[in-house]
Amino acid sequence: MGKHEIEVTINGKVYQEEVEPRMLLSDFVRDVCGLTGTHVGCEHGVCGACTINVNGSAVRSCLMFAIQADGQQVQTVEGLTSNHELTDLQKNFIECHGLQCGFCTAGILMSTEDYLEKNPNPSSKEIKEMLSGHLCRCTGYDGIVKAIEKTIEERNQSVLS
Amino acid sequence: MKPPKFEYYKPATLEEALNLLEEAGDDGKIIAGGQSLVPIMNMRLASPKCLIDINGLEELSYIKNEDNTLKIGTLTRQSDVEQSEMVANVCGLLAEAITQIGHVQTRNRGTIGGSIVHADPSAELPLALLTLNGSVQITSKDEVRTVAAEDFFITYLTTDIMPTEVLTEVTIPLMEEKSGYSFQEVARRHGDFALVAAACHMTVDDEGIITAVRLALGGVEAIPLLIGDAEDILTGEQLSDLLMEQVTESVEMESDPESDLHASSEYRMHLAKVLTKRVLTQAYERARG
Amino acid sequence: MTNVIGKSATRVEDKRLLTGQGKYIDDLGTKVSTGHAAILRSSHPHAYIKSIDKEAALKMPGVKGIITGEDIRGLVKPFSVGVMAPVEYYPLAIDKVRYVGEPMAIIVAKDRYAAEDALEKIKVVYEALPPLVGIERALEEDAPILHENVGSNIANHREFNYGDVDKAFEEADRIVKHKFNFPKYTATPVETYGVVAEYDPAHDQYTVQANFHGPFVIHSIMAQALQIPSNKLRIIVPKDIGGSYGIKAGIFPYIVLCGLASKLIGCPVKWIEDRQEHLSSSASGTDRVTYIEAAVENSGKVTGLRMKMIDNVGAYIRAPEPASLYRNHANSTGAYDIQNLHIDAYAIMTNKSPTGLIRGYGGQELYFPLERIMQEVAKELNMDHADVIRKNLVKEAQFPYKTASGGTYDSGNYEESFELALATGKYEEFRKKQEEARKNGKILGVGLACIVEPSGSNMGYITVALTPEERAGSLPKSGASEAATVSMDPLGSVNVRISTTPSGQGHETVAAQIVSEVLGLPREQINVVAELDTSTSAWSIASGSYSSRFASLGSSAIYYAAHKVRAKLFKIAADQLNVKEADLELEKGSIFVKNNPDKKFSVKRAAGLAHWHPTSLPDGMEPGIYETYYYTADVAQAPNEQDMINSSVTYGFVADMVTVEIDPDTAEVKIIDYFTVHDAGKLLNPLIVDGQIMGGLAHGLGGALYEELAYDKNGQFLTGSFMDYLCPTAPEIPNVTIKHTESPSPLTPLGAKGLGEGNTMSAPVAVANAVSDALAHLDIMIDDLPLSPTRIWKLMGEAKEKVTTP
Repeated sequence: MGKHEIEVTINGKVYQEEVEPRMLLSDFVRDVCGLTGTHVGCEHGVCGACTINVNGSAVRSCLMFAIQADGQQVQTVEGLTSNHELTDLQKNFIECHGLQCGFCTAGILMSTEDYLEKNPNPSSKEIKEMLSGHLCRCTGYDGIVKAIEKTIEERNQSVLS
Repeated sequence: MKPPKFEYYKPATLEEALNLLEEAGDDGKIIAGGQSLVPIMNMRLASPKCLIDINGLEELSYIKNEDNTLKIGTLTRQSDVEQSEMVANVCGLLAEAITQIGHVQTRNRGTIGGSIVHADPSAELPLALLTLNGSVQITSKDEVRTVAAEDFFITYLTTDIMPTEVLTEVTIPLMEEKSGYSFQEVARRHGDFALVAAACHMTVDDEGIITAVRLALGGVEAIPLLIGDAEDILTGEQLSDLLMEQVTESVEMESDPESDLHASSEYRMHLAKVLTKRVLTQAYERARG
Repeated sequence: MTNVIGKSATRVEDKRLLTGQGKYIDDLGTKVSTGHAAILRSSHPHAYIKSIDKEAALKMPGVKGIITGEDIRGLVKPFSVGVMAPVEYYPLAIDKVRYVGEPMAIIVAKDRYAAEDALEKIKVVYEALPPLVGIERALEEDAPILHENVGSNIANHREFNYGDVDKAFEEADRIVKHKFNFPKYTATPVETYGVVAEYDPAHDQYTVQANFHGPFVIHSIMAQALQIPSNKLRIIVPKDIGGSYGIKAGIFPYIVLCGLASKLIGCPVKWIEDRQEHLSSSASGTDRVTYIEAAVENSGKVTGLRMKMIDNVGAYIRAPEPASLYRNHANSTGAYDIQNLHIDAYAIMTNKSPTGLIRGYGGQELYFPLERIMQEVAKELNMDHADVIRKNLVKEAQFPYKTASGGTYDSGNYEESFELALATGKYEEFRKKQEEARKNGKILGVGLACIVEPSGSNMGYITVALTPEERAGSLPKSGASEAATVSMDPLGSVNVRISTTPSGQGHETVAAQIVSEVLGLPREQINVVAELDTSTSAWSIASGSYSSRFASLGSSAIYYAAHKVRAKLFKIAADQLNVKEADLELEKGSIFVKNNPDKKFSVKRAAGLAHWHPTSLPDGMEPGIYETYYYTADVAQAPNEQDMINSSVTYGFVADMVTVEIDPDTAEVKIIDYFTVHDAGKLLNPLIVDGQIMGGLAHGLGGALYEELAYDKNGQFLTGSFMDYLCPTAPEIPNVTIKHTESPSPLTPLGAKGLGEGNTMSAPVAVANAVSDALAHLDIMIDDLPLSPTRIWKLMGEAKEKVTTP
């Protein structure tokens, strides 16, 4: 039951580490790799705070073992941007007051980016259904929905022009 | 909430997985999507000594239509089924049921086989499989066997699968022309386990006479419950209030829902009857086109 | 002036939070020597602890130490609390456990995984005692007693009489009365509690980092429990807190526990609470039974109220309880002009988890019976509910309005706000729609609620838990203080230090807006420090984001501190320019003579002189620019001998109208639309204001429909995961329309009042009234929450008239 060596690519950077098989991916990302932008809120897959992107899908990092991410591509909130520039979605979260305490925000951003990639034109109802995998106790979700809708609108406009 | 220790194996082939399972015996546990298993491990309600991770077995991830049968590999992610145009075209009930499982993010990881083997009595996939008269293919080192959904679910969180076996494929016979379906549930919130869920699949002739029907309920028994009487009552008839009333009487006879924090036994029974009527009505309307 | 106060400025906090650069407690990093804690918790609601065997656990790999209740006996004093009942509450159970989830031992190991492995090896032998779960059962003669030395389950009991209640009831045309139950629920911030404690034996000093919400009155309680001078307990609150809504004031027992563990085991101790622990044991609101009676004239006018309120503070009364009973004391009659009031208030203890601050604190428990009974009055008199409200609202001309129990409502126009709510929701039109729908078998309902939202607590209010005689024997308490510091460095850069421990409310943003306006500098140049350190911050009693005190008190302290800096700059500039201060104006970093703008002096230069060239300063002026302002409000007086107390500084107003549809078959409640009108005085940042309102409303809707910390009749806890404790998610939130009226507070320099808690107080009862209205044809009484379909279906089934299915 010793440690296993794993190699995980996170935000383009390779992390080679020894882990116990039981180490949760959320703990690996935060405590081993030091990427504390991913937050842990419930550790049973309901609150959505720890959502990250693994091999092109937004998933709960508290419901995966780090060892399962061996050889995989992972993206966390720290990898959404480079050079301290904000993405359109992040900017709209500011504009629409889509966050307050900010604790649930990283997970929501990771879910939303993945979802919009696969469903570029969701209805309001579909956006809310996607968000139902996240708990936010500050905003009442209103600003979050607005920020996502605004982003979709802008992306559509830029496609047209 | 940290999981207990376990040994971890990641087989590269099904054969390897089956060998590992045999070696591990009762200590072995398959992990696929982990969306049901990991929460209970984090809560230390489950402590498997040996986890066999089948996520590397890509041969178990597929969606095929062969011989008018939908075949889905056990490792297929729920979201892949959800996004499959083929499934939407040939098996609307499954497509509709799948959107009600958990959330986008859990469906991205959760697998078809995982949900069925977990066998929660209010879960959507077991109910859909039963309603659609589906079956599962179960593989061990010695044999491959096929078990009908009706025989697969034994009791709460328990199925016919043995510790040395792996569920490898789900098969669903496809809808005939002039068929209709309905899947409805009442849950406290979007994405919650259903308090009660009901599903119906029905075929009718040109005169609106029901030629075949399957009706099943989730959340009213320890397993998803097929209401066999529905077939006897409705086949050869047009749907009517009177017949629906008779079906709900059978529902009442056969169901024995439990009380919990979110719903009393009486309320669940009531919902079973309400949803029975709703799914019969919608399936019939859809079948008639 | 740059005129930024009142603008919808975007938040300065957002960029770091959106890019994963927030600094929450679990992100701060620890020393290599740090041990990670897990806590063994009681599986029994009520039992003697016969033995705790930790031998096997101590032998587990990576374990540094295990501390049980027995180990801390004598090392720690019970936490003090503002009642006379001798309740002994310790950070670990000693001899007896009193709720499921009560801490019994702390295990410190190399990591949390190893700590949980060891936890499983601890063997506890309990001797079960009969559990006490029901509120009213607690008062019965033969009820199990939780605290033997208290002798009963009553932690606090006070009776209050204002006006002439008996006369009002004698002269009433009718008396409308009912018993209402408000459930126990919580606010579940997505970030749980976190503590990193380090004991330094060389100085006998505890340094603790914790996502502690305040109020810092609790700092003294912790120092006393540890039996150390209060300056030996240094608490540092990180920049970012992942939500609190009051709940994170309840972390204080764990601060003491981790501090003790650090001392006894000899390493820094880090504990991050998990979600199961949070739900079973952190803190929650009280569940309350209220017997309410209204003396009513046939006109609909309510002339008197009697309320017997029995508040369940859980297994141990702990600070700031029994404040839930008294925080709304001045506004006990809500938005209504009712001068005859009798209150019989009990805080009782049962085998449930201890309670504490929560968004709305005491308000939802008060307004549920009050606003329900107003609708029942309307039913009784066959009047429209809106007309009964109109009849009783405090009138515009009555402001400032003196309430029966000693409050002064500072400003408002309740009638105008209420009418705006009705007009926005198209009340009359909905009534017609409702009638039409009924003919088609559809069940629609409309609910109304008008509430007064208190903000900026008077710290004297908690002492009404004591009789005037008892109060006379202790330190008198009053005031609503808040401190802020504004400083300027030699290059003219501004730092602002606030002590409101924000947890998402955007205090950094609004503080920057205020200082920017006062000092004429772009807000981007203002650096706001929200971290709080009890050893270095200018903190005051009850600092922390408690009782919506930022907008009323915190902003005032910031405003005045900035003005002190401004005044100093003006003095320096006047001296240098040889003009009078009154002739000067400040804009864009430049101080100039009003009628001769070319004659000017830069802020930067004035700051430079203050630091680098103090001999050039006007006579008697101290060097440097570092100004702290302590704000308090004169209206926050101590209670008088008649128990009259103005329990808050400012009082806002909220009028709600909500429409619902109930599925006649499944009894599910669907909210169609929610309309809410707020009067919170002058708004400092409307973008943030609406965000606060939406969040408070979502929590209120949770209380109305989903959220409950449930126990079975044996005291076992039923909602230990997010699968069972149901927080509303995005699809559960209806369309919401928010509107504002603005009656500036005459008491605060910016005219602002607190907000953000209003709809947490109003939504449960507004929705209950809507459901009650929808089911009026069945004569159903809604007196319990949450309004789950199983509950409503049962009521519908019991109703005399059968619902006809369409």
